[in-house]
Amino acid sequence: MSVQHTAAAHIHRDDVASRMGMWLFLFTELLLFGGMFILYSVYRFTHPEDFHLAAKELNTVIGTFNTAILLTSSLTMALSIAAIQRKQKTLSIIFQLLTIVLALGFMVNKYFEWGAKFHHGIYPGSETLLSKPSGEILFFGLYYVMTGLHGLHVIIGVVIIAFMTVFTMRDVITHDNYVKLESAGLYWHLVDIIWIFLFPLFYLIT
Amino acid sequence: MDNHSENHTQHSHGYGVYVLVWLALMALTGITVAVAGINFGRITVATALTIASIKTYLVLTIFMHLRTESKTFRVFVGVALLFLIISFVLLFTDYSFIVRN
Amino acid sequence: MSNENILSNNGNDVSYLEYKGKHTGILGWLLSTDHKRIGLLYLISLSIFLIVGVTFGFLMRLELLTPGRTIMDPQTYNSIFTLHGVIMIFLFVVPGLPAVFGNFFLPILIGARDVAFPRLNLLSWYLYVVGGLLAILSILLPGGPADTGWTFYIPYSVRTNTNVIPALFAAFILGFSSILTGVNFVTTVHRLRAPGMDWFKMPLSVWSLYATAWVQILATPIIGITLLLVAIERVFGVGLFDPALGGDPVLYQHLFWIYSHPAVYIMILPAMGVVSEIIPVFAHRTIFGYKFIAMSSIAIALFGSLVWAHHMFTAGMSDTGQLIFSLLTMIVAIPSAIKVFNWVATLYKGSIDLQPPMLYVLAFIFQFSIGGLTGIMQGVLSVDIQVHDTSFIVAHFHYVMFGGTGFGFFAALHYWFPKMFGKMYNVKLAKRVFWAMFVGFNTLYFPMFIMGWLGMPRRYYDYLPEYQIYHVISTIGSWILVSALFLMFGNFIYALFKGAKVTEKNVWGGETLEWQIATPPIHENFIDIPVVTESPYQYKDNELVLQTQEAK
Repeated sequence: MSVQHTAAAHIHRDDVASRMGMWLFLFTELLLFGGMFILYSVYRFTHPEDFHLAAKELNTVIGTFNTAILLTSSLTMALSIAAIQRKQKTLSIIFQLLTIVLALGFMVNKYFEWGAKFHHGIYPGSETLLSKPSGEILFFGLYYVMTGLHGLHVIIGVVIIAFMTVFTMRDVITHDNYVKLESAGLYWHLVDIIWIFLFPLFYLIT
Repeated sequence: MDNHSENHTQHSHGYGVYVLVWLALMALTGITVAVAGINFGRITVATALTIASIKTYLVLTIFMHLRTESKTFRVFVGVALLFLIISFVLLFTDYSFIVRN
Repeated sequence: MSNENILSNNGNDVSYLEYKGKHTGILGWLLSTDHKRIGLLYLISLSIFLIVGVTFGFLMRLELLTPGRTIMDPQTYNSIFTLHGVIMIFLFVVPGLPAVFGNFFLPILIGARDVAFPRLNLLSWYLYVVGGLLAILSILLPGGPADTGWTFYIPYSVRTNTNVIPALFAAFILGFSSILTGVNFVTTVHRLRAPGMDWFKMPLSVWSLYATAWVQILATPIIGITLLLVAIERVFGVGLFDPALGGDPVLYQHLFWIYSHPAVYIMILPAMGVVSEIIPVFAHRTIFGYKFIAMSSIAIALFGSLVWAHHMFTAGMSDTGQLIFSLLTMIVAIPSAIKVFNWVATLYKGSIDLQPPMLYVLAFIFQFSIGGLTGIMQGVLSVDIQVHDTSFIVAHFHYVMFGGTGFGFFAALHYWFPKMFGKMYNVKLAKRVFWAMFVGFNTLYFPMFIMGWLGMPRRYYDYLPEYQIYHVISTIGSWILVSALFLMFGNFIYALFKGAKVTEKNVWGGETLEWQIATPPIHENFIDIPVVTESPYQYKDNELVLQTQEAK
């Protein structure tokens, strides 16, 4: 093929590429959970009664409360980006810190919820659980694995957002270069979306 | 830096838009919880999943700025979702027709 | 992002091999974010694992020379075929072409200075190494190497006492490395194409790498989570797949193959890209049906995601499920056939120059056709029940994975070696080695078709005496093949140190961008980013071709 040459090579910062990379990465996260949702759907299909019985043991109030917390943290995350776009650095930092606080609140709730289940003897491999019908064993297996892995993502998100806060303080993230914060936001919203599906599927099928 | 501006597409939803979306999300959560109490029988799951999908749509388009992103990104999301949906559908061509054990 | 690239305008004419960046010596390689150096890091590490994998395969064949015990006990044999599978699949064939030649040439082929995320690219390599080391660790740790087969089927994989967990994590981490490469390539193709290079001016290998990258991104996470779940089930006793806890082992197989069948296309697509790249160069013709070949790569990636359960026809699926997957399997043959027909049409009336890369490509077409067609046979339900879990299957996938991807890899190596290193291997020897490889390969694997058809089960340590003749022929084939591999690597290594120096830009008369830059390429690939005005592979009235023809 014949080509001409242009002078002045320049490689510039490409925010679109950064966001594209982040989105592609999010797809892998989506499918990671997708694999587990497949597992859930099949077992729910083959053991409908057991799943209903098992879901009664989950605390809908805590679940709803946690959903509200996570949705609100998504809001504060989105607001922190809006704030940095408007050169409101302090406000952005406040919103980021709020996001972290809410995320930690979510984890504290989760801790008490899991703790209560363990207290009742429902944990992987426990006698109480193994004496239940197989559908319930599967339900709780999935419950622990899926909410556990989701919780792990929340913790990772907290760490990432904490870094972003430091970056914002040090002016690495500014009103005209905030793609890092935006990517962190994308990740955080995905964690939220996963929960949007986990919540009804585990807590609301009684 | 000729096409500098092109690479910095601004997604300036106002604060208000985000708060509105948040309110909608909270309301939808309330509806799901309320509806779950009523026994719709077979369509219970469908209702829950529909509401979850609406919530996801809101998060994707507004919080994740997909609405102001270029078409490529929306196609990407479509491809990823399509792959996931195909996996579900094909898997159930097996499970819908069999009772193992 | 590519911050290193912005600054360095000094050293613009130094080859990437001699380029001195922030770090020097070995660190200049281990910390380099230059896609070409990362490509070579992959090449070295992949070659090491290839040698390990080949050794295990060689030992397996040796054991099967006679019925009963020949050189090892059954437990060792089980571990050996597991390791052969895990290493070959996860450490050689899957990363193979994209990681080595994709990294090295994708940016050059689209006229870019590097991939979109150079540091992420380096991270992928480190993850690859960590995954590889874990795989090796699983061999050495007490408990013994995993003996589950590379598929880690439930329930055996949660019951066996061997080191399944390190092997699972190895595969998990390697998957992650593969995903990051995919993310990088998709973004690179979208964002970094040179001015004027629209989608239908991209070289065909870029198309196939692009399609591959999408499969890597979308399918790999599913196996990632599946293997992780098996590990969780083993460690915590969570009920997920194990039938003792109410789980469904067939569901494990579904999830495993949702990735692992598309993975087959991760393995073969880049090789098809290489073939599409080499054929026009050595047939001196414009590729026939450019758009069809480009689109068939996308179609293969798409259809390849719809057919996974044809691996499970005997596992106890529903009849409806079997019918649907059998039908879909037939469909996936169409895009592959489109490629083969277009390649052959390109060869037709071409002025074919049988250089080593071309020889490997022709063998690819031959062997891939056999592998592909026998694959369709297994897609037919009734035939599959006859040949399932026999060495017929083993022959089939080795014809695709080795006869296809492996030969594609060697073709790429012979084609791009002079450009990558600025050295030329012994062409005469390379041609002879090719014939040994071709004969060895077919002697090794063709008898497996026959004995599989007659009922020889795969993975078996022992067999009835009536199968021995085929095993003997096959094992002799493995000796020829291994000798040929030795000679090939010897040829390359000799060329690296004592081979004739190549400074000519365009050794083969290629028409793609990598042949327009210095040999070996400079650190930033292009002094000025080219503006592309024509489609690739325009051979009509081409002076370059005539020049190189005369030079020979």
